[in-house]
Amino acid sequence: MIEIKNIYKSFDQKEVLRNISKVFNKGETNLIIGRSGSGKTVLLKSIVGLHEIDSGQILYDDRDFTTMSPKFRKKLREEMGMVFQGGALFDSLTVEENVRFPLDMFSLLSSAQKQKQVDFCLERVNITNANKLSPSEISGGMKKRVAIARAIVMNPKYLFCDEPNSGLDPETSLVIDELIHSITVDLQITTIINTHDMNSVMEIGDNILFISGGEMCWEGNRKEILYAENHKLQEFVFANKQYQKIRDDKINQ
Amino acid sequence: MNVFYQTGRYFSLMLKVFSKPERHSLYVRQTFNEIENLGVNSVGIVAVISIFMGGIMTLQVAYNMTNPLLPRTIIGLGNRDTLILEFSSTIMALIMAGKIGSNITSEIGSMKVTEQIDSLEIMGVNSAGYLILPKIIAVVLMFPLLYILSVFFGIIGGMIVGPAVGAVTLADYLNGVQNQFIPYYVIFSLIKCLVFGFLIASISAFFGYTVEGGAFDVGSASTRAVVNTNIMILVWDLILTQLLL
Repeated sequence: MIEIKNIYKSFDQKEVLRNISKVFNKGETNLIIGRSGSGKTVLLKSIVGLHEIDSGQILYDDRDFTTMSPKFRKKLREEMGMVFQGGALFDSLTVEENVRFPLDMFSLLSSAQKQKQVDFCLERVNITNANKLSPSEISGGMKKRVAIARAIVMNPKYLFCDEPNSGLDPETSLVIDELIHSITVDLQITTIINTHDMNSVMEIGDNILFISGGEMCWEGNRKEILYAENHKLQEFVFANKQYQKIRDDKINQ
Repeated sequence: MNVFYQTGRYFSLMLKVFSKPERHSLYVRQTFNEIENLGVNSVGIVAVISIFMGGIMTLQVAYNMTNPLLPRTIIGLGNRDTLILEFSSTIMALIMAGKIGSNITSEIGSMKVTEQIDSLEIMGVNSAGYLILPKIIAVVLMFPLLYILSVFFGIIGGMIVGPAVGAVTLADYLNGVQNQFIPYYVIFSLIKCLVFGFLIASISAFFGYTVEGGAFDVGSASTRAVVNTNIMILVWDLILTQLLL
């Protein structure tokens, strides 16, 4: 479980996040949603420590990340996995070497055991016959899946995904969503996903935080989101007329 | 003020670079990769430039030697000492700042803007150490070797061109090359190479690691890295010449 309390963050005196508090549960896909520029990525990067917050608290299973020494932060980071917007695979390494990299860096497993773990993770994300290819030789969807495999290879307790569906077609997006959701449930990890994709919200949104203009505006789950009375949330959700129709049809029924 | 701010950031990055590695074997493997990428792959360009410059310098000395009382052996001697003292160390360092330095800046800068460095940090890896330290070690180790090769090829260049155009006989040239050799000049230049190698790798890496934005910014950072490295090479050339000669 990850808990954030009263997070404030600014860049050059421009306030980007204001007073955000939320509990992200274990075994659930927790979503941070909002328009582009609303502060989602800054919040996610603040939670993982890539940005230092101005004030507030970030607790990883009651361990205070904000006051932790760099040494302990580094140790805690070995329990994290992150999927970046563009995949962020290392260009100079093959698919297999990318997934193996965290094991080579931190694990004391034998070479054969590492290979077994790499094969297991690649199989888990349905990547076959691509082990020796370089990231430039695979598609965008495959890159995201390899990035997920790399993120879970160390059996993390916390998984972070920044816009995992950006630039992907709807079908591949669905595959990625289902993959992240099943990994979260099967491995019982705490997953936080940044997205503005309403299809993802409706598919896997167990626990949703909606932020607008750097402020927390609404929280709930995918069943509640269509009927929420929040004006800013409605503008965001019903920008897609299809969801307006779904809600109207259900209300009529 | 910006100069002080950037200098502070540079030293702060160097502190991070020289902290204890997570896994020595990976760093060693990475260092060998960099030796091949930055050092061995530069041998060709060093050889070509040195052969041509050695030949050109031989001709320049020969055509400017109008006094018939001066022995023709001075042509070989002049070429050798110019190569040993300045060309193969300082001028080659300026050229390598363009080749190796821009390579380092653009590689690290691209990794920065595509979040690969963030990805390393999230894994708990000291990204500065893992990416920059092997490059510094590789360039510092390889640059003195490139210097020796440059001197060798420069002398060969003069030996081919001088007699071929009739500027000097082969015997006079070789006599001059072996005449009044001062070994300390080589030691002095090898010391300069170690310093220049460190400057090329560390300054270029600094500009790559601190880049913000996209592809355009990576290009700008590469240019700034080469310009700043060149200035620092010349400043340190002046300092070391005053201190060591």
